[in-house]
Amino acid sequence: MQALANQLCENRQFGSKMTDSKYFTTTKKGEIFELKAELNSDKKEKKKEAVKKVIASMTVGKDVSALFPDVVNCMQTDNLELKKLVYLYLMNYAKSQPDMAIMAVNTFVKDCEDPNPLIRALAVRTMGCIRVDKITEYLCEPLRKCLKDEDPYVRKTAAVCVAKLHDINAQLVEDQGFLDTLKDLISDSNPMVVANAVAALSEIAESHPNSNLMDLNPQTMNKLLTALNECTEWGQIFILDCLANYTPRDDRESQSICERVTPRLSHANSAVVLSAVKVLMKFMEMLPKDLDYYGTLLKKLAPPLVTLLSAEPELQYVALRNINLIVQRRPEILKHEMKVFYVKYNDPIYVKLEKLDIMIRLASQANIAQVLAELKEYATEVDVDFVRKAVRAIGRCAIKVEQSAERCVSTLLDLIQTKVNYVVQEAIVVIKDIFRKYPNKYESVIATLCENLDSLDEPEARAAMIWIVGEYAERIDNADELLESFLEGFHDESTQVQLQLLTAIVKLFLKKPTETQELVQQVLSLATQDSDNPDLRDRGYIYWRLLSTDPVAAKEVVLAEKPLISEETDLIEPTLLEELICHIGTLASVYHKPPSAFVEGNHGVQHKGLPGSAGSAESESPDAVSAGAATEAPAAVIPSQGDLLGDLLNLDLTPPATTGPLPHSGGMQMGAMDLLGGGLDSLLGGDLGGSPAMGAGFGAPPAAMPPAFSAPVSGSLYDLFDLDNGVGMPLGSFCPPKTVWLPAMKAKGLEISGTFVRHAGVIQMEMTITNKAMSVMTGFAIQFNRNSFGLAPAGPIQVPSPLSPNQNIEVSLPLNTVGPVMKMEPLNNLQVAFKNNIDVFYFSCQYPISVLFAEDGKMERQVFLATWKDIPNENESQFQIKDCHLNSDAASNKLQSINIFTIAERTVDGQDMLYQSMKLTNGIWALAELKVQAGNPNYTVSLKCRAPEVSQCVFQSYEAVLKN
Amino acid sequence: MIHSLFLINASGDIFLEKHWKSVVSRSVCDYFFEAQERATEPENVPPVIPTPHHYLISVLRHRIFFVAVIQSEVPPLFVIEFLHRVVDTFQDYFGVCTEAAIKDNVVVVYELLEEMLDNGFPLATESNILKELIKPPTILRTMVNTITGSTNVGEQLPTGQLSVVPWRRTGVKYTNNEAYFDVVEEIDAIIDKSGSTITAEIQGVIDACVKLTGMPDLTLSFMNPRLLDDVSFHPCVRFKRWEAERILSFIPPDGNFRLLSYHVSSQNLVAIPVYVKHNISFREGSSQGRFDLTLGPKQTMGKAVESVLVSSQLPRGVLNANLSASQGTYTFDPVTKLLSWDVGKINPQKLPSLKGTMSLQAGASKPDENPTINIQFKIQQMAISGLKVNRLDMYGEKYKPFKGIKYMTKAGKFQVRT
Repeated sequence: MQALANQLCENRQFGSKMTDSKYFTTTKKGEIFELKAELNSDKKEKKKEAVKKVIASMTVGKDVSALFPDVVNCMQTDNLELKKLVYLYLMNYAKSQPDMAIMAVNTFVKDCEDPNPLIRALAVRTMGCIRVDKITEYLCEPLRKCLKDEDPYVRKTAAVCVAKLHDINAQLVEDQGFLDTLKDLISDSNPMVVANAVAALSEIAESHPNSNLMDLNPQTMNKLLTALNECTEWGQIFILDCLANYTPRDDRESQSICERVTPRLSHANSAVVLSAVKVLMKFMEMLPKDLDYYGTLLKKLAPPLVTLLSAEPELQYVALRNINLIVQRRPEILKHEMKVFYVKYNDPIYVKLEKLDIMIRLASQANIAQVLAELKEYATEVDVDFVRKAVRAIGRCAIKVEQSAERCVSTLLDLIQTKVNYVVQEAIVVIKDIFRKYPNKYESVIATLCENLDSLDEPEARAAMIWIVGEYAERIDNADELLESFLEGFHDESTQVQLQLLTAIVKLFLKKPTETQELVQQVLSLATQDSDNPDLRDRGYIYWRLLSTDPVAAKEVVLAEKPLISEETDLIEPTLLEELICHIGTLASVYHKPPSAFVEGNHGVQHKGLPGSAGSAESESPDAVSAGAATEAPAAVIPSQGDLLGDLLNLDLTPPATTGPLPHSGGMQMGAMDLLGGGLDSLLGGDLGGSPAMGAGFGAPPAAMPPAFSAPVSGSLYDLFDLDNGVGMPLGSFCPPKTVWLPAMKAKGLEISGTFVRHAGVIQMEMTITNKAMSVMTGFAIQFNRNSFGLAPAGPIQVPSPLSPNQNIEVSLPLNTVGPVMKMEPLNNLQVAFKNNIDVFYFSCQYPISVLFAEDGKMERQVFLATWKDIPNENESQFQIKDCHLNSDAASNKLQSINIFTIAERTVDGQDMLYQSMKLTNGIWALAELKVQAGNPNYTVSLKCRAPEVSQCVFQSYEAVLKN
Repeated sequence: MIHSLFLINASGDIFLEKHWKSVVSRSVCDYFFEAQERATEPENVPPVIPTPHHYLISVLRHRIFFVAVIQSEVPPLFVIEFLHRVVDTFQDYFGVCTEAAIKDNVVVVYELLEEMLDNGFPLATESNILKELIKPPTILRTMVNTITGSTNVGEQLPTGQLSVVPWRRTGVKYTNNEAYFDVVEEIDAIIDKSGSTITAEIQGVIDACVKLTGMPDLTLSFMNPRLLDDVSFHPCVRFKRWEAERILSFIPPDGNFRLLSYHVSSQNLVAIPVYVKHNISFREGSSQGRFDLTLGPKQTMGKAVESVLVSSQLPRGVLNANLSASQGTYTFDPVTKLLSWDVGKINPQKLPSLKGTMSLQAGASKPDENPTINIQFKIQQMAISGLKVNRLDMYGEKYKPFKGIKYMTKAGKFQVRT
């Protein structure tokens, strides 16, 4: 403080004696004492100066609360400035001195009756800011009067005060009927009052998601639209955001709202513009596409969006994040505006990266030549992050616009010629993707790539290069030498590279068995014997076993045709996109996360969906989409730039979802050696029959198998899994494959994928935690939000830290069900907060409800019959499971593995009826009747439960386990 | 809504904080400082930063970070626009928006912030209204206040606050009635190596200074309104009239305001007023590079190109530049590698040029990056888009005002790649 004061003294210029800096200069010892004396001075002027000094100290964060009584004494004055200053002080310190604050109440109540509306408003406003419970009681009467004041300035101030009071004591506001008064204010004659009432109601509604405060109907809509034209810019934002929640009855109403909102696109305030865009984007959904007005509206949307991009960089950034959503939903709006997204060299980096993203989204055959020229230009800039993204963008263009692929490849080759290290590495990574997209087209460039082998030092680039060598081993004469060179430092490589090297060498061996036998043995033993990475060992054993038992199958598996990668990368999942479109202009739209992900301050938000288009046959109702999206794994879409490679690398052979602890018995080692011997012999000797060399007693295949292991693979492939029978693998219990819960892009390089299993009565959350950032991660912790069944971690998460870059780790977290309970939507939704040394990340995932099925879920027959009758019929729901080819016994066995118990069975007219029961951990029983008809692949499940909301989830479990 | 505001100076000190709801500890700014550390330049600090319990939304103006703290879902643009309004208000009140000016007027600043937001909701942000509530400090007024003990807070409810024309106060009186309009256009352009235009667009504004007595109702019409691609108006402009007749009809605020901003997109042909001939090259194996730059006017309709300033970020490998300028002065900062050349006015008869050599670190390889040349200039008496005001009429008052219109073209982000 002293330093500040000195500095201020030095900075004095002419006339500065008259400025407020003098209030800082008395910061010596005994300052408080001095101020106290001045505050109690008889002279008005001295008092005012003293209060100013107090305020000045407050602004720089100094504690002057000790002066509370003295300042409050100055409150009764007819000097408005002094009054305002005292109010300022009160608001800041009342909380810490609640008893003293009561002293001020009388003055407030008196001021609320003052003839000057400015003072009435000021008093009610300040009272609302004093966050002290005791004061709120005294506030009610003055507030009620002010809400009905004759002066609109007072009414509009009072409206906001209701929101303040609600924040302090929600119950009081409801009891006193202030909410109804506030709703009445929406019909006020003054637009400013309407706007503030809407703002206050919106804020209250945010903390009360189900209160249905904003009862929007055509009448209120009309009032809001009228007020929209006349209120201030800020009021327009509140009203537009409120309008966006309305669902019009038909396309005509929709059009009339759009017509009345369109003029807002010409507002100078960019927040008004973006809120108007939100309303239009939402209501446009309801307009028939052949309507003339629809086309007009599309044309009107482009210019304001373009104009936002010439604003200050901060505004540009928010605009760009939103435009990213808009072009995904309606690319036609900006398809001719590519040039405004060209990057200026002095744009801030956060603007550059966003522009680049949108350029790729807008790239099409028509503009690809210009886009490529631009991207090539960017690739020679200084900023490394930007250059890398530009190079990646070239690859994405090649994948998106087929006609341009050749040009993109040649551009990438030009860039590789520059020999700039990070450019070369990035180029190789994207060329690998291009190979995946257009097989057998551009392999002529492999030679050029191989020249740069030595300069690759990043794992991602090394792995990509190894993949290329393995995939095209037959065309590269010295493929074995190249791969061997990598093998030397095998243990120093990252997991990504090790896994890729293993696969590549196996590929090579299958393609050129005669020359590479030694190499493959070397890599298999490196992977299985010298490594302690379970992923690597598992993959090694699988190959080993595969090669030894059935080389034909091995060929079919390892060299199987890979699915093509999808065109559009980085797309936001459609349901999420729809929800985000409804939240244009908000934080959710900046982070591209649903508002429910903002755990803080959002106590459960209703999900918003776009209204369906009228009269069109599009089946885009949000429900249908979400149901579809929930069940299908997004395998074809490359999730995000960060995971791009990981995903591709794992595609050729995904390790099984649960990696049980590896067998450590010597027998296993022996067996494996033996296996290889036999298998190699058979492969080399042309005996392709496959030899069931390994022991007996292999049971049923585990339920969770990667899709690559499909029918052609003989049963012996499964042997490997049974070796550790009873050691760690939950035999037969159903375990859905891991899905990515938290993509690295959204979590500063931390990626979490996982699944849930129930084994021996314990629910486990199985996670793979991957560090895709450049630095180590430590200090992991996990926490759940309240959820429907009270799932909670049974102990802290055990992650050996530090987790170094590109390392991944399997973690299994036991859960219990004694945590706090709150109903979620959907029921099995779980919101998770995951912390590391970098930040806290939030994601939500859904657990199969079957993990909650208790082991003691078998009901007595009699009880079952009685209960079935007892549960009313409206609680019964029926579901169809299609394309299931199991007989009733197999189905029953499978279901038993997830603790769905068959109690009775009878056969009627060739139909098997299975009666089954299951019990959830919270004591809810569900009863089921499963109809299986021989020769008919469609099963019918009828579920009865006293809590019918679980039926949908239970059915999903049925479907998941029976179809697996 | 907006919870708190922190002002942070270039050296990272929080020099002012204001809370509209409960007090948020200033330690929340630590997340901002972390982000600031990660960003190489202050300009690169991301505008939205999430923290475990809050979101920080910031703008950087006049080398001060204005950091707003929000807790619930609030439109970020709303916050950013509000922060801009705060900056504009400070500038309006104190002439400059600097740390010193803010500290010198800390009580007024506090009163202003209190008046601008209530519980995080914007209250009064129009400069006209604020000035009625809180009088701007002038040396004279402070002296008078000190002597007489009068106050700089208005006692009356501002008249504009609730009227149908909230932007204008009643009872305005002037002896000289005058209305000035400045049409200012900025060209943003990227020119490639060969001199062809990659993209060019024009951002235009019409700023007005209107000092007219009473309640004048003005109309302003253009010769060629179709040029304007996208327009944003001051709230005073009647939108329906523009839609129907392409005429600006409005009751103006009192004093200075921005009537209109517009955008002429890259779809239209944009005239480029200057050209650059350049040759910046390095030879492999040599520790010297050549630098050769010549500027010339084109498509300026005979108007002079003035206040020309050329700057370029030379590659990191460049140690020094030994150049000679045919006119003006140049500087090269060997630390930041920034070359800037203050050219002045371009004489079409004798084109300005800057020539010479650049020295590289001995033995260093040829730099990979190509420097971009940034050009600033001004052209008086011309709007490059060709926009022209047709006439200005006044209704509702009897006197004859003095009217004036000025045109100017400036370079915005005008970049030439090499």
